Amino acid sequence: MTLGSVPPKYKVSIDRDQCMDCGRCIENCSYGVYRREGDKILIESRKCTACLRCVAMCPRDAITLTEKPVDYRSHPVWTREAREDIINQARSGKIILSGMGNVRDLPIIYDRLLLDACQVTNPSIDPLREPMELRTYIGKKPKKLEFKKTESGDVELETKLAPNLKLDTPIMIGHMSFGAISLNSQLSMAKAVAKTGTYMGTGEGGLHKDLYPYQDHMIVQVASGRFGVNIDYLERGAAIEIKIGQGAKPGIGGHLPGEKVNEEVSKTRMIPLGSDAISPAPHHDIYSIEDLVQLIRSLKEATEWKKPVFVKIAAVHNVAPIAAGIARSSADAVVIDGFRGGTGAAPKVFRDHVGIPIEVAIASVDQKLREQGVRNEISIIASGGIRNSADLAKSIALGADAVYIGTAALVALGCRVCGNCYRNLCPWGIATQRPDLVSRLDPEAGAAQVSNLIHGWTLELSELMGAAGINSIESLRGNRDRLRGYMLDEGMLKILDVQPAGA
Amino acid sequence: MCGIIGFIDRTKSRMDGSSIKVALSLMNERGSGDGAGYAAYGIYPEYADYYALHVFFDNLAEPKKKVDELLQQWGEIVHQEEIPTTPQPGIRKVHIPWRYFFKPSKDLIAGRMNSENDVVTYIVMEVNANVKGATIFSSGKNMGVFKASGWPEDVANFYRIEDYKGYIWLAHNRYPTNSPGWWGGAHPFNLLNWSVVHNGEITSYGTNQRYVEGYGYKCTALTDTEVVAYLFDLLGRQHELSYEMVVRALAPPFWDDIDRMTAKEAELNKTIRLTYGSALMNGPFAIVVGTDNGIVGFTDRIKLRPLVVGENGSKLYISSEEAAIRTLDPEVKNIYTPRAGEPIIGRFIE
Repeated sequence: MTLGSVPPKYKVSIDRDQCMDCGRCIENCSYGVYRREGDKILIESRKCTACLRCVAMCPRDAITLTEKPVDYRSHPVWTREAREDIINQARSGKIILSGMGNVRDLPIIYDRLLLDACQVTNPSIDPLREPMELRTYIGKKPKKLEFKKTESGDVELETKLAPNLKLDTPIMIGHMSFGAISLNSQLSMAKAVAKTGTYMGTGEGGLHKDLYPYQDHMIVQVASGRFGVNIDYLERGAAIEIKIGQGAKPGIGGHLPGEKVNEEVSKTRMIPLGSDAISPAPHHDIYSIEDLVQLIRSLKEATEWKKPVFVKIAAVHNVAPIAAGIARSSADAVVIDGFRGGTGAAPKVFRDHVGIPIEVAIASVDQKLREQGVRNEISIIASGGIRNSADLAKSIALGADAVYIGTAALVALGCRVCGNCYRNLCPWGIATQRPDLVSRLDPEAGAAQVSNLIHGWTLELSELMGAAGINSIESLRGNRDRLRGYMLDEGMLKILDVQPAGA
Repeated sequence: MCGIIGFIDRTKSRMDGSSIKVALSLMNERGSGDGAGYAAYGIYPEYADYYALHVFFDNLAEPKKKVDELLQQWGEIVHQEEIPTTPQPGIRKVHIPWRYFFKPSKDLIAGRMNSENDVVTYIVMEVNANVKGATIFSSGKNMGVFKASGWPEDVANFYRIEDYKGYIWLAHNRYPTNSPGWWGGAHPFNLLNWSVVHNGEITSYGTNQRYVEGYGYKCTALTDTEVVAYLFDLLGRQHELSYEMVVRALAPPFWDDIDRMTAKEAELNKTIRLTYGSALMNGPFAIVVGTDNGIVGFTDRIKLRPLVVGENGSKLYISSEEAAIRTLDPEVKNIYTPRAGEPIIGRFIE
C-alpha cells in the first residue's frame, strides 16, 4: 500500500506509577486499544475513538487521553481532516461513514440569541411559590370555537378536540431505533419518559415486546423501509410518525449495518438475521404531497382516527413551504430536524454539509404557517442539536411547541459523543447489540439519569419563564419579543424576526 | 403603574366627564404626565349610525388628503371637523385631533369585504401602518377616545371632557416604562367599539402580536396594550365568543383547576386553552374593556395588578383604587376585589 497509514488521532498513555495492573482498561475497551503482553499492558493509540470508557473505569485515574498534535505540515486550507478523507477514499473508493451530528465549526445561532428577564416594571414570577405551567398538547387544534344553541336556549360547545398527546414538559426524546441503539438504551429512555410524563420515538426499528409496558409513551415511526410496521405496532403507539427525512442526512434513507441485526433486532424489524437494513431514500408510495396525505389518512383510518400522526422532515432550504403543505395534509404535527441532528450512521458529506440550522428552520416554518393562517392548527416539534434548557427555551420562543432530544439523552446514558455508533462496538452499551456490551447499561440507572436530565431542564425552563414574567408555556411559544440577537447579521435577524440586543 | 377607571350606567343614563377627570387625577401617583386618556360611549347620538373616526394628523395637508381619499374609496364622510380643544400649559400640541363621521357604502364594499366593521378595521390598519403623519385612534359608533401626552386633568381640559356625556366611561393615567410616551401610545386603545385601558405589562406580547397579525391586524402603536383591543375584536366579534369566554381565553384557569372541574366544564376549558393558547395573556395586568353593550374587567391569572369593583344601583365601577371609585360616587355600595382572572361584566339592562 503506497499510501501507508494516517497518523493516530489520539494519544493514550498510562501513568505506570499509578497503574495497579488490574486490566480493567483491557476489559472495557471494545476497540482493542489495550492488550496484555507478559506482565505489561500495551497501548495501541491508533485504535482509540476517545470514547473515554477506559478513563472512566480506571480505579487509579492512571490513564491520560489527549488529542494528538497534527503530524502533517500545517496548512490553513488542506487541513488534517481534508487530507485524511482523501487518503481514506483513495484507499477504499467508498463513501465515508460517520456517526452522531455535524462536526463542522459553524456558528451556533442559539448561542447568539439571548433571553429576556423582568426588572421592576413587570414582576418576575417565582416558580417555587407560583404555579408554572409547562403542560403542552401536541396535535391538531381547532381554528376557532363553535357553539350551538340548544332547544332550551342554552349555548353548548360544539367543537370537539382531535386526539392530542399530553406532555407534562415540552421535552420529548426523538427517534432512535432498536438496532441503532440497544434495547437497554430504549428501556432506560422509556422508563424515563413514563416517569416524567412525556414521550419517546421508537425510530424505524419496530417496537420490542419489552417496551410494551411503556407503549402509552411511545411514538411509533413509519419510515421508508417500513421495518417493524404492522397493525399491532401502529395500534400500540400513542402517536404515529412518518419519517420523510432526518437532519443528519436529508434526502437519503437509513442504513443499519448487518452486524447490528441480531436475532432480537431481526424479529422486531421483521428482516432476516444479519442483513443490512437499508431504507430507501424516498418512500416508494410518496412522490407528492397528495401521496403523503393518502398515507396519513390510511394510518389514521387503520387506527380509527384515535392517534395523532406526525410528519418528520429534515430542515432544508425549502422547509417552510414543505411544512405548510404538511400542515394542510391532515398531519397533526410537523417535526423539523436541523442539520446538527445525530445519527447512528450517515455519509460524512451529508452529515456535515446538507441541511440548515434548526433555529432558522423553526422561525421560517412558524412564519410561513402563520402567513397561511394554519399555525394554530398544527404543532411544531423541533430537533437537531438541542443541548440544554436554554436551547429548549429559545426553540419555543422561536415558534416550536416542543422539542425532541437525541444526543442529549444518550449523553445522559453515558455516551461520550465519540461518533463511532455505526461500528456496533459502543463500549457504553448504547449504540451496540453485542450482549456483553449491552449488559453494561443498567436500564434502571439509565432511566434515573435520563429522567433527571428531563427534570432538571424542566426546572430550568420554569425559572427562565418565570424570569421573563411568563407562567404558561403558551405565552413563550413564538414569543420572539423575549429574544434578542447578539452578533447576528441583519439578514439572519430578519429571518428569525428578532430584534438586535439593545433594541 | 398606571391608574384605570371603568364606569357604566346600565340604564344608559349619561354622565358628563367632569367627575371622571377628578377621579383619574386622584391617581396621579400612578402616572408620570406622559399620557392620559378617556373613552366615552353615547356621546354622539346625532351620529349614532356613523363610525366616528378620531385621527391624529401631523398636518392637514398630505396625510389628511390620503385619509380623505381612502375613506371616499369605501364610503361617505357625512361630517368632519377638528375636535374642539382648549390649549393647556401642560400639553404641547404635537398632533391635530380630527374627527370624521363616516359610513361605508354597501355598493362600494360589495364583493370586497364582508361587513362594514371589516371595512373600518381595514381602513384603521391601512392608515396606521401606511399613512405617515396620520393615526386613527378611535373608530367606533356613538363613542370616542380622547387622549394625549400629559396629566389627566390637562388632557381632560384640553379636550373639554366635561362637555361630553356618556353612559360608559373609561379613563387611564399612564406611567410608561417600556414604550415611548407619545399621543398614540396613551390609553384607551380602540378598534371599532372595543376600547381598552390597562395597568401593567403583557409579557406574552410577542406571541399575542404574532397571533393577531395572522388575522390581518397590524400592531403600530409601539406598545403592548394595543393587542388587547385586537384580541377582543378577533375573539368577540369575529369568532363570536361571549365576554366570559373571551376572558377565559385571555386569562384561563390553571390546568390544576381545570383538572378538578366536572368533565363537561373541564372539556370546555381545555378546548378553549388549546384553541386560543396564542391569545392567552401573561404578565401583570388589570384591564377594563369598553364594548357595544357593556364593560368587561379582569386581571391576570395571579393578580399582579390591583383591581377594585364597586356598585351602586345601575352603576358599576371598576378601578385601580377604591378611592377613585369613592370620588366618582361617594354613595357607592358593595366594594370588593375580584379574584384573579375573574371576569367582571357590566351589561346594559334591556
